[in-house]
Amino acid sequence: MAAPRTSLRLVAAIWSGSTRGIHGLGGAAAPEGSQKKGKTLLQFLSDHFYDVEFLREYLLQRQMLKVHQENRFQNKEWIRPDERGRFPLEFSEFPGVPVEAVDASGCAINYDGLDNVLLLKELRSLSLRRCPNVDDWCLSHLHPLANSLQELSLAGCPHVSERGLACLHHLQNLRRLDISDLPAVSNPGLTRILVEEMLPNCEVVGADWAQGLNSEPEEQPQDRASPVHV
Amino acid sequence: MLRRALRLGGGRGLVTRGPGSRGGGSTPDWDGKVSEIKKKIQSILPGGAWNPLYDTSHLPPEHSDVVIVGGGVLGLSVAYWLKKLEKRRGAIRVLVVERDHTYSQASTVLSIGGIHQQFSVPENIQLSLFSASFLRNINEYLAVVDAPPLDLQFNPLGYLLLASEKGAATMESNVRVQRQEGAKVCLMSPEQLRNKFPWINTEGVALASYGMENEGWFDPWCLLQGLRRKVQSMGVLFCQGEVTRFVSSSNHMKTTSGTEVTLKRIYEVHVKMDHSLEYQPVECAIVINAAGAWSGQVAELAGIGKGPPGTLQGTRLPVEPRKRYVYLWHCPQGPGLEAPLVTDISGAYFRREGLGNNYLGGLSPEEEPDPGNLEVDYGFFQDKVWPPLAQRVPAFETLKVRSAWAGYNDYNTFDQNGVVGPHPLVVNMYFAAGFSGHGLQQAPGVGRAVAEMVLEGHFQTIDLSPFLFSRFYLGEKIQEQVII
Repeated sequence: MAAPRTSLRLVAAIWSGSTRGIHGLGGAAAPEGSQKKGKTLLQFLSDHFYDVEFLREYLLQRQMLKVHQENRFQNKEWIRPDERGRFPLEFSEFPGVPVEAVDASGCAINYDGLDNVLLLKELRSLSLRRCPNVDDWCLSHLHPLANSLQELSLAGCPHVSERGLACLHHLQNLRRLDISDLPAVSNPGLTRILVEEMLPNCEVVGADWAQGLNSEPEEQPQDRASPVHV
Repeated sequence: MLRRALRLGGGRGLVTRGPGSRGGGSTPDWDGKVSEIKKKIQSILPGGAWNPLYDTSHLPPEHSDVVIVGGGVLGLSVAYWLKKLEKRRGAIRVLVVERDHTYSQASTVLSIGGIHQQFSVPENIQLSLFSASFLRNINEYLAVVDAPPLDLQFNPLGYLLLASEKGAATMESNVRVQRQEGAKVCLMSPEQLRNKFPWINTEGVALASYGMENEGWFDPWCLLQGLRRKVQSMGVLFCQGEVTRFVSSSNHMKTTSGTEVTLKRIYEVHVKMDHSLEYQPVECAIVINAAGAWSGQVAELAGIGKGPPGTLQGTRLPVEPRKRYVYLWHCPQGPGLEAPLVTDISGAYFRREGLGNNYLGGLSPEEEPDPGNLEVDYGFFQDKVWPPLAQRVPAFETLKVRSAWAGYNDYNTFDQNGVVGPHPLVVNMYFAAGFSGHGLQQAPGVGRAVAEMVLEGHFQTIDLSPFLFSRFYLGEKIQEQVII
């Protein structure tokens, strides 16, 4: 069919900015078309509907492919990927240096992917903020890091509930735990209290004790003065 | 191009009105009439459920390749794996017959939903490990288009088994087997126990085994509904009715040594409707007995066990219903959020339920209560369950029972492990029952094993040959090493 090829040509024309105006494009789409003036805009939009959709999806995919992963070595600074998502070449020069902190925020890491993180025996800080695939099963998988992990952040993970937080009791060296913005936790205030009881040496951040409690209405003093009112 | 034309055509249709509506009278509903006529023609054609005498739409179909007796988690798991492993889509017609659609007495929904790998028989450990990975990836296995994902409410807190001096050696060897199979279980001394769980009184405890991963408890009702939804979307038919009769054909044959053997094949299953005498004879090729606590009765209907005792014909399916109680209590100073499911030396167990300091627990009774009904005996809690629990967890001395329920355990009186696979004489009846309290946690693996047996003829992934029926005749028990 001629349609795909014509649409590609039109897309190229839009990007290169060398359009000859609406009428010109309309003419390219339907060579023998005798378009009326009023119908041309609608015709143009319906012709290029799929082109615009394609463009939107392409841009969206480019955004999704940006996997943020930042790492920090012992006594060294964070090593971040450059704008193309590739790590610098000096990464391969550090095979023996232990990794201290991993920032996997926003990353699509899941249960099987965490197996790689668990190999890092000296990991001190793990950040799993806003990871869409981290759930209660993943948290129960973290127990091998019990000896070294001191800081853990789970802020904004949509699938983590209080049942997953309960199995963090294996991580007895944990000093700082961030549990803010967990939509799947049913009672954040009560959960924070129970987690603090469970991990006495750990500072739990992110959930307010009073969250979820309704404040009582204040006592009206004039009620006592007028007992007649029922 | 086609889509554009359809959109424009649809747009035009909205603007103009149909020819009939202009007249002011009622529109002749052409679309409705055409679909009705189509339905009638389809039902008259061969294969449709048309009966000229009366309406049979509430009855099960007249033919089905596989009939699964029992719609609990085991039956639905077998149905799921049969449809998943069939070679061509729509190759096998499966019918699930369940007596009670409300599941009011089904063991699945009345169980506490625990899953653990702390067995001594390697096959049990493998089944449980597979079930854990099935539950972990449940939204990939049981995904249905346009339906919301399942939330099993899985609590990955693990099981803690306690052992006295006598049972410590058994526990150590069990843990070795479990570790070999890949379960993440660790052994703890009484001191480590006190450090980790300060609310335990470790008097009398010599050793404890603690599951670190893939163990815990979940919501069995959610699993059942998820399986039901998926299985219905795969084309399995459901029928509410009771199986009252199996009609089979016999084949008299001689073995190589000259003894006469009668092999039977069930070719018809009579399914009786609820509250009526009406029944439907369903012609079938394979029958799967997944009736849970009533599997023994279903097997008797097929003639299993009717013969002189001591022979293969006379070997019954030794599965009977046993009543078990579960109590829910509240204890304000009880164990914290990290409490696993603790099983005491005496057999009493408990686990936390929710965030509000509520706990569930129970004990297997020595004197079996009458399984005729599901009434709860609160006196049993006072006399037999509370004392060992209060001794093990001193905080439980002040507790208040909130409620309780009872459920059936499809107890295998021979060796308390499941029966899987075909019967040697009734050639096309396959069993998936008798798991004595472990059916829920082993259901995905067992369903897959039975489906492999039906479709391929042998077990492929997990070899469950020690669980075949023939062990009852040969006397080979596969018993769990119970830790005292």
